Amino acid sequence: MLNFMENIEKLPLSSWVSDFTGWISDSFAFLFDPIKNEFGDGLESFADMLAAVPPVIVILIVAVIAFFLSGKRFGLAAFSVVGLLLVWNQGLWEELMLSFSLVLVASLLSVIIGVPIGILMSKSKVAENIITPVLDFMQTMPAFVYLIPAVAFFSIGMVPGIFASLIFATPPTVRFTNLGIRQVSEELVEAADAFGSTGAQKLFKVELPMAKTTIMAGINQTVMLALSMVVIASMIGAPGLGREVLSALQRADVGTGFVAGLGIVILAIIIDRFTQSFSLKKGTNI
Amino acid sequence: MPVIKVDGLSKVFGKNAKQALKLLEAGKTKEEILKQTGSTVGVNRASFEVEAGEIFVIMGLSGSGKSTLVRLLNRLIDPTEGHVIVDGEDLATMNKKDLLRVRRTKMSMVFQKFALFPFRSILENAEYGLEIQGMAKEERSQKARKSLEMVGLGNYIEQYPAQLSGGMQQRVGLARALANDPEVLLMDEAFSALDPLIRKEMQDELLDLQEKMKKTIIFITHDLDEALRIGDKIALMKDGSIVQVGSPEEILMNPANDYVEKFVEDVDRSKVLTAYNIMKRPETVNIEKHGPRVALERMQKEGISSIYVTDGKRNLKGYVTADDASTALRSDVTSLMAILKTDAPTVTKDTLMNAIFEISHNSPVPIPVVEDGKLLGIIVRGAVISALAGQGEVNLTHA
Ligand SMILES: Nc1ncnc2c1ncn2[C@@H]1O[C@H](COP(=O)(O)OP(=O)(O)OP(=O)(O)O)[C@@H](O)[C@H]1O
Ligand SMILES: [Mg+2]
Repeated sequence: MLNFMENIEKLPLSSWVSDFTGWISDSFAFLFDPIKNEFGDGLESFADMLAAVPPVIVILIVAVIAFFLSGKRFGLAAFSVVGLLLVWNQGLWEELMLSFSLVLVASLLSVIIGVPIGILMSKSKVAENIITPVLDFMQTMPAFVYLIPAVAFFSIGMVPGIFASLIFATPPTVRFTNLGIRQVSEELVEAADAFGSTGAQKLFKVELPMAKTTIMAGINQTVMLALSMVVIASMIGAPGLGREVLSALQRADVGTGFVAGLGIVILAIIIDRFTQSFSLKKGTNI
Repeated sequence: MPVIKVDGLSKVFGKNAKQALKLLEAGKTKEEILKQTGSTVGVNRASFEVEAGEIFVIMGLSGSGKSTLVRLLNRLIDPTEGHVIVDGEDLATMNKKDLLRVRRTKMSMVFQKFALFPFRSILENAEYGLEIQGMAKEERSQKARKSLEMVGLGNYIEQYPAQLSGGMQQRVGLARALANDPEVLLMDEAFSALDPLIRKEMQDELLDLQEKMKKTIIFITHDLDEALRIGDKIALMKDGSIVQVGSPEEILMNPANDYVEKFVEDVDRSKVLTAYNIMKRPETVNIEKHGPRVALERMQKEGISSIYVTDGKRNLKGYVTADDASTALRSDVTSLMAILKTDAPTVTKDTLMNAIFEISHNSPVPIPVVEDGKLLGIIVRGAVISALAGQGEVNLTHA
């Protein structure tokens, strides 16, 4: 009696998913192929372009931005300079630029997709009820799993890396946008309505400016998740620092792996501080 | 013609609105309906009219439906039933486009917690209503500035709301509402978040502004003192219903029911009643025609010990006492001029009771009520005391 499971056949869940993925991959090839090719080429030239800029110039620019973003203090600027010089010194500059361009593009796409979805959620209870569990699912599924359909759709390289990153990194932006807009005090919303604002005017002139700090916090999270995904995506051939870590792992080369990992940490800290100071800065006069 | 006409307006929060309406009509109470249907009655078949240029105060305890009612007026809340007719148009049934137009041009709102946009400067806040109408930057700036100057904030336009005190913030709220020159101003507990001194100052300022602007103002408050100070008319709400509408004096003197009575019980009458409310028609003698003999005769007939003296145009000249008049008579003085006393303190018809009370205490004669030098009436000390005690005859017609 206790072994009743033996009498039930294993549900072919995995083959359903495989079939479904295969079907999508085939039916939308007309969409995926150009994305893979055109977008992939564009990405590569962008990354190459970034990598072609002399490191000194990049470091200088970063230092100046860091100085002003942190309210004319030297801490972040000094850290950025030292960190970037170290990466350069270790011969990982090109990898750093590749990783950075992947993070940048993935995050931008996440924001472009995530903010409107968040707005939709904030405006419609139904949308919120549907989207919230989807977001939960997207975030709790181990990140590696997304690599599989990514490969099925876009084979290997940068594009599937970005695709996987989109799925993994977009939820915080959506959530925080929704939260930020819902948090706007009812009286302010009423004020906007009472003066005869249209829905769009209310959104752009009142709700989004009020929610800005919260949305920026979400974007900060998205960027950090995108970075972690970009590293994982090296498993499907995304170039950059992650790939160095991976190959060191395969060769059990602790030293090289550590150095590449350090590069990732440096990139992460700089990106984190940058996006954070954006959100704080915009928040000051609120 | 009334600017706003509210007719059978109801709002039921919750799912079974239609059923709740039926129960309301069957005379069930708000509580019974909540128990039976799970729906909350916000406003229960309210009907009233507001005349142009009037400050119409809606007053009631917490939860009585004031905020809901005022939000039904500009349809921030959709009514369940009934009509809100503004300038001949029914807001309850109009389409979105018309509703936007009405909100932009005819009605503005001032909020309890100010509801200023924190990321916008004072000027930009005041411009908001004009900005969303698509008015050019220059023009709206100018209008917003003018409106800010009107509330005394001309020097603060570059500041941000967080930099201003509560009273100043609410002035911005007022300026923002006035910038698009609406006919109707809706004010939901606009001064309730301010401390008492500032609050009184704002009340005075609103009255000053109203002198100049003559807007139609719907003012919500739960404070009877405030209602009496600024209201031309007061509507009292209870459990979503309007239980009485009237002038401040009517509400105070003739409470429609126990609820109203309880509400007004602890009002300090001395702050509300004026000289006009308690003065009496004076006995007088005419200095041009009458002498001590007539004066004495009248005093004896009326049983009073002094009498006021006027000229033919009722200009107050002074008073004479019975003692002086009989002395004069004995020494053959024929003119009242010789015994005329002019030391009686006068009041105007708007002097409040508490001030009169002070004066009547020290005055040997009834207090003359004077306007432009003319004698309107007199106040005897007994009338002051009985009015303060909530008894006695009170003149309720509007001055
Ligand atoms: N959105 C809502 N949903 C459900 N019930 C509501 C809603 N808004 C108000 N109510 C109910 O309607 C009734 C009237 O509320 P309203 O806010 O109009 O009272 P009020 O007179 O403004 O009170 P206060 O002095 O506390 O502001 C209350 O019973 C309240 O619980
Ligand atoms: Mg209220």
